[in-house]
Amino acid sequence: MAIDKFISFESSAVPLAIENVDTDQIIPARFLKATTRDGFGENLFRDWRFDKNNEPIKDFVLNDDTYTGKILVAGKNFGSGSSREHAAWAVHDYGFKVVVSSFFADIFRGNSLNNGLLPVQVSEEFLVKVFAEIDKDPNAQFKVDLENQQFTIVATGESTGFEISSYKKECLLNGFDDIDYLISIKDKIEAFEEARA
Amino acid sequence: MGKTLFDKIWDSHVVSEIEGGPSVVYIDRHLVHEVTSPQAFAGIEKRGVPVFRPQNTVATPDHNVPTIDQHLPIKDALSKFQVDKLTENCERHGVDLYGLNHPYQGIVHVIGPQLGLTQPGMTIVCGDSHTSTHGAFGAVAFGIGTSEVEMVLATQCIMQPKPKKMRITVDGELGKGVTAKDIVLYIISKVTAGGGTGYFVEFAGSAIRGLSMEGRMTVCNMSIEMGARGGHIAPDETTFEYIKGRERAPQGEEFDKAVAKWKELKTDDDAVFDKEIVFDAADIEPMITYGTNPGMGAKIVSNIPSLTDIEDSEKASFEKSMNYMGFNAGDQLVGKPVDYVFVGSCTNGRIEDLREVAGFVKGKKKAENITAWIVPGSKQVEKMAQDEGIVEVLEEAGFKLRQPGCSACLAMNDDKIPEGKYAVSTSNRNFEGRQGPGSRTLLASPLTAAAVAVSGKIIDPRELL
Repeated sequence: MAIDKFISFESSAVPLAIENVDTDQIIPARFLKATTRDGFGENLFRDWRFDKNNEPIKDFVLNDDTYTGKILVAGKNFGSGSSREHAAWAVHDYGFKVVVSSFFADIFRGNSLNNGLLPVQVSEEFLVKVFAEIDKDPNAQFKVDLENQQFTIVATGESTGFEISSYKKECLLNGFDDIDYLISIKDKIEAFEEARA
Repeated sequence: MGKTLFDKIWDSHVVSEIEGGPSVVYIDRHLVHEVTSPQAFAGIEKRGVPVFRPQNTVATPDHNVPTIDQHLPIKDALSKFQVDKLTENCERHGVDLYGLNHPYQGIVHVIGPQLGLTQPGMTIVCGDSHTSTHGAFGAVAFGIGTSEVEMVLATQCIMQPKPKKMRITVDGELGKGVTAKDIVLYIISKVTAGGGTGYFVEFAGSAIRGLSMEGRMTVCNMSIEMGARGGHIAPDETTFEYIKGRERAPQGEEFDKAVAKWKELKTDDDAVFDKEIVFDAADIEPMITYGTNPGMGAKIVSNIPSLTDIEDSEKASFEKSMNYMGFNAGDQLVGKPVDYVFVGSCTNGRIEDLREVAGFVKGKKKAENITAWIVPGSKQVEKMAQDEGIVEVLEEAGFKLRQPGCSACLAMNDDKIPEGKYAVSTSNRNFEGRQGPGSRTLLASPLTAAAVAVSGKIIDPRELL
């Protein structure tokens, strides 16, 4: 069961200049009652996006048409808190392919990679530049090049590398999935069990 | 060079290493609940593979269950569907289930240790970040996502890079009224909510070693709240004594053999950590959080930091948080009014926590302005509370014991703190809306929660001891 292949792209970005965006903000617990993986994008950032009468909150960035694109840019420690993969599903289902931050919570990072959502970790200085660029031009373009592990501010040409294991990079580029891999090495796992017994 | 406790357990569970990638890690114990597992069961069915080692997996519903009238069908249709789905999935795949109304049902991280499923040296995972709780027994335990739940169901393995290692040592004697919860809230306030990211933490030192198993579980439970992958404590006599005789633990001669092996599970003297932090227990006082992440905590007797104490880059987030909480920078914490008190959760819903609360409220009365929800972590905790007379003590003081589940910790069921209301909670997260949309959470120890329930406002529990 493959995931979608990750194809490098250029896009504008949506700025969320808040630190410690936790999983309960990304997808509140009361929306975790589904038993499928679909449709979580509808409730992405639910309580920041909609008021209690389900009316869009105008000054929240996802409700502001000025900002669009497949890249979400957020403050440090994005995705902290719960292990709910629903958070990665919600961000991806909404239409984002990449989240840029100066660091990610571990479990969220892993969950994202397992769903074809790429976490791009940049330095705090570079993150400031990215926010500044969007501030200057809401339509500013950014280039995500997974093969060469480069994230570029197109207008200025400024570029930064980002870390990803070569294994995970291959998985994303080819749409491979860890579960298929593990199933393919079941003999090895059985041998491991026998050796420990 | 010597090995850390973490190295010893992790390395002995690596099935294989992938070049330039993660390790394939074998999992000894897999715990499952209703919220993060349905998509994983659906996944293996779609792939046409069975559960590889069903005997290593145990399931229970906890996140979604009501905490009153559990004998009746669950009213919320979506919750009911999810709980029913867990039952179906477990039946179909031969997984042990402690279902609703079973005498062993409860919060997954409370029942694991209680049944002796949690043992030193094991790798333990669950689709829940507070799986770190089980580290209290000297296990490597951490939360995983649903794709990984599917991996474990299908192959009993996950794929993860080996984290870095951190040791947090707390030496010295704890003062009166200072509990395990205060230790961990203090640590997180120093390390920050993201400061442990990328690390697996070993807690050490005389103050940690002096804790009961329940206290150790509270500390390890919240290691995720500083961003750490997990946290653990080397097993010792306290650990072995707790496990002895528990239903799913090794029995008789097997137990003695296991203990001999478990005694080797400690960090070698010459092992090196990537990061070491040392705290003095004497510096720790009763703690409470004032903001919207668990790192925003302070001594109850102190004030909320003033804006000048906050770094420029963090001012906007800090102000957003104060605005949400309805607090001002520099406010005194003691005396602030409170509406709700919640005692429960995988952090502090064990019998020792209920004993502490009952011991404190005995002969006192609940303040009229407080609505209190006291929720046992499991059916077994509930039964012990009944047998020990804790229920009567609570009722005389104006409290009522509810039925087990995650309850208001994450408010997936009906136990929601109303918008704008303040709750002093023994749970683990004070995120915006965590305990219900618009709810305002202040995390504290069971002792502090009990003192607040009696006084009706934030108070230093030591004043009433």
